[in-house]
Amino acid sequence: MHPQTMASVSREVVIANRLGLHARPAMQFVDLANRFRSSVRVETLGDKPQQADGKSVMQMIVLAAVEGTRLRLTAEGDDAEEAVAKLAELIESKFGEE
Amino acid sequence: MKFSDFIVEKAIIPELKSHDRDGVLRELVTALAANGALPAAAVEDVVAALIKREKNGSTGFGKGVAVPHVKHPRVRKMVGTIGRSTRGIDFAALDHQPVYSVVLLLSPENQPQQHLAAMNIIFTNLQKDTFRKFLRQSATMAAIKDLLDEADSGR
Repeated sequence: MHPQTMASVSREVVIANRLGLHARPAMQFVDLANRFRSSVRVETLGDKPQQADGKSVMQMIVLAAVEGTRLRLTAEGDDAEEAVAKLAELIESKFGEE
Repeated sequence: MKFSDFIVEKAIIPELKSHDRDGVLRELVTALAANGALPAAAVEDVVAALIKREKNGSTGFGKGVAVPHVKHPRVRKMVGTIGRSTRGIDFAALDHQPVYSVVLLLSPENQPQQHLAAMNIIFTNLQKDTFRKFLRQSATMAAIKDLLDEADSGR
């Protein structure tokens, strides 16, 4: 088996936009996640860890990740590396917000 | 955060008259204003903001539910209500299916954490098949209120 086919890539990011992961950014995230073949899992880190399927808008909104929340993004699949890089970039760019 | 912290019980509409998105938004916002949850003079502005928000990306997230919401300067205190439609509403939902249950949320502009906490309660419940089914079947204000109370008490 080619080693890349089962790649699992994780990265931690912090929600930096003032409004947090509200519906619009959650949808932006899910739209981007769905462009990749890899599965995408998003976990909140901290007192009450929760996890969501990064391809489900409803699950992402349930995370209610406020500004400053640490998240771990994990992608699994042949394009996992690119998926995590692009998704982390979206969060770090504050989804185009302030 | 609980449903009872923001849902204005008397503004719940068990059978919406409108079958189109904009009409439904207007009905629900008007019901909030009629019950003192929003200044009557703010209704048009808030409805316009909700429509603009929907055009930007539908809050019909699929499975027959929609959660229109907006943060608006005319809203002093976070308030919400629920509307139900037997016939179904064309909400331009992501799954292209009609919407039968609408949860509307209006938030002040400067309290993003409270807004996210309310969205968390709404979506935690809307993700449950049984909650969606019971909400769709609840034909009276009292039945909808009971369902929310049950969700609030964790039953």
